[in-house]
Amino acid sequence: MARKLLLEHINVPGINTFDVYRSKGGYAAVEKALKTLTPEEVVEEVKKSGLRGRGGAGFPTGMKWSFLAKPEGVARYLVCNADESEPGTFKDRYLMTYIPHLLIEGMIVSSFALGAKVSYIYVRGEMMPQIRILEKAIAEAKNAGFLGKNILGTGYDLELYVQPGGGAYICGEETALLESLEGKRGNPRIKPPFPAIAGLYGCPTVVNNVESIAAVVPIINDGGEEYAKIGIGRSTGTKLISAGGNVKKPGVYEIDLGLPVEEFLYSDEYCGGIANGKRLKAVVAGGSSVPILPANLFFKTINNEPRLMSYESLADGGFVSGTMMGSGGFIAYDEDQCIVRNTWNFTRFYHHESCGQCSPCREGTGWMEKVLHRLEHGHGKLSDMDLLVDVSKKIEGNTICPLGDAAAWPVASAIRHFRDEFEWHVTNGAEAVTRNYGLAHYADPLPKKEEPVA
Amino acid sequence: MSVKVTIDGIAIDVEPGTSILNAARQIGGDIVPPAMCYYSKLKDSGGKCRTCLVKVSKGSEKDPRPMPKLVASCRTAVMDGMEVQNITSPEVIEARKGIVEILLLNHPLDCPICDQAGECDLQNLGFEHGAAKTRYEFDRRTFEKIDIGDKIQLHMTRCILCYRCVFTADQITDHRIHGILNRGDHSEISTYIHAAVDNDFSGNVIDVCPVGALTDKTFRFKNRVWFTKPVDAHRDCDHVNCNGKVTLWYKGEEVLRVTARKDQYGEVEEFICNTCRFDKKKTSDWVIEGPRKISNKSVINSNHYDFIPLPVVKTNPVLMEANKEQFERDTRL
Repeated sequence: MARKLLLEHINVPGINTFDVYRSKGGYAAVEKALKTLTPEEVVEEVKKSGLRGRGGAGFPTGMKWSFLAKPEGVARYLVCNADESEPGTFKDRYLMTYIPHLLIEGMIVSSFALGAKVSYIYVRGEMMPQIRILEKAIAEAKNAGFLGKNILGTGYDLELYVQPGGGAYICGEETALLESLEGKRGNPRIKPPFPAIAGLYGCPTVVNNVESIAAVVPIINDGGEEYAKIGIGRSTGTKLISAGGNVKKPGVYEIDLGLPVEEFLYSDEYCGGIANGKRLKAVVAGGSSVPILPANLFFKTINNEPRLMSYESLADGGFVSGTMMGSGGFIAYDEDQCIVRNTWNFTRFYHHESCGQCSPCREGTGWMEKVLHRLEHGHGKLSDMDLLVDVSKKIEGNTICPLGDAAAWPVASAIRHFRDEFEWHVTNGAEAVTRNYGLAHYADPLPKKEEPVA
Repeated sequence: MSVKVTIDGIAIDVEPGTSILNAARQIGGDIVPPAMCYYSKLKDSGGKCRTCLVKVSKGSEKDPRPMPKLVASCRTAVMDGMEVQNITSPEVIEARKGIVEILLLNHPLDCPICDQAGECDLQNLGFEHGAAKTRYEFDRRTFEKIDIGDKIQLHMTRCILCYRCVFTADQITDHRIHGILNRGDHSEISTYIHAAVDNDFSGNVIDVCPVGALTDKTFRFKNRVWFTKPVDAHRDCDHVNCNGKVTLWYKGEEVLRVTARKDQYGEVEEFICNTCRFDKKKTSDWVIEGPRKISNKSVINSNHYDFIPLPVVKTNPVLMEANKEQFERDTRL
């Protein structure tokens, strides 16, 4: 049984109320940080912990905090990105629903570390119940003196606000989120300047994922070095994984980074294997934007090493044979799922969610969707695969924000790994609308790596 | 204090904070990246169309690492010692070709009936960088034409969403009532409740539009721009923000339209008011300055090239006499 840091008390009845949370040792991190540590020491602890951003990019949080500009007389802001919209990811919603005070506690400590007097939690508009839960939690914390003026008599003031978004995927991109928070259209800004220099209302701002902020609490309680002992290599600590798709037990699991993927998928402690006794065909390891992998490449890297749930191991092989940790939206596909249909579905999502500001993403996502729609419904051409790869290359890296990349990667990787299934959709068009391609060779063991001739 | 930047091997010293695109424009010539959304007179414009992408092969003297991705030259400031590749980088040419194809995906290509044809940035861009055929095999998005002001018609089907007209309304006029609705490839410019754009400077959105999406209703379908003759003129305009310097577009004796004076990058020199643009269409309203110089590369020049007699003609009285009629026609307005 792995150690739980974030979800330790998740099964305690009433943990969503302040009193129960406090009686289980909650808000100890606030007391410790505000009474015994300076803001610089808190940042130092987070740096030592090696915590990497849990929203998808995996940028070290402590480093991000230390980049924050600190000009005299200018307000600084901490914004919590709770606009979780990645298809396949639902960890933040789970955390906010069941243990909201963990996020509030993390927000207080992090705001203290950054010197922010006002902080925001930007929640996706569809998550109305979570918004109410958070507002109730904030009111409770304020009543108990953990928010507002002169917190715990230390002279530190903090106001925390919850801001509902409009429910656009693009507002999960940090600069689009800031625009939206300012009350404007949620279009990503052109960087530089980065938010650490000029963010919300032109002031230095840090935007962090819900889970990153929550992870600050155990880091302060146990110390950064203790936290860094969990995990493997540069992937330290624990991570929430939202397991979904054709697994026996879908749900949110907290894992130690470095857990073998095989154990995560098949052990009864976690996913419990594939539902209905079927076989695994493919996996999207970190939310819809990351490259999809066939079963054989998912369990073993191209060098025949077992793959682990860590930032480095999942990315092993780059985009040719690897994927990414992303935001931890783990989707498993069994042998009866159609990869073409899935790719079309993802692309349909990105087409719908593209903000329309820069041309490659605006037009390219729609084009890819139309081509994939044609392929899925059996009217495709054999040249379509090359066309899709070419269009995805034209989008990737040429856009203002990462949404373009996120739209291009799933298409490029699906064609790279499942090209024969796409071709089958063209050559057997009539059959493709009545049945799926099946497992084929996607779970076969990888060919032995050829030893270089000495 | 100036910084040194090298673009395609040509070095220039520019003010710190200049964008790569503006540094390239100071050099001039073929190395200037095309720009569909950037407009030097409008703050915060640019970065959206991605046609001006360039490769930064050396970040600066202090940090010589190349930038990992292509950057939008209109929004990237130069650093001391920066080295930029535009037309010398195959990667940039390839990306630009892709962008042009993408910009033309939903563009109707109705140039034969479009008033902008001949002075259209997208037409020039497609001509220089595009492929002859598109690989797009689906229906293009279409919209109804709407009148967003009494003299301005919006043909949204042609729009490439450069946001220039939005910035113009924000920065040149006193209030903006049009903007972008919706998201992605169904986003559109609109006034939402069919309110009329109505203020003294609203006509400038026609000049900044890089394509034929916003057109002058007093000029629509009157003539092709290359059949008209541009003439610089001015009048004593009583509007405080307008100094009345315009280009008149003549067809015979008639002024077909009035626009602001545009430079070689298609950007207006000074914004003009609606009275000058829409209401003053008589020669007697204006003080004529002389013919407008238009680049030889422009199709507008096609019917009135500068006639420079060859040296052999000039020195030969017989040939001069034979070409007399042509000299006279050319020296007339």
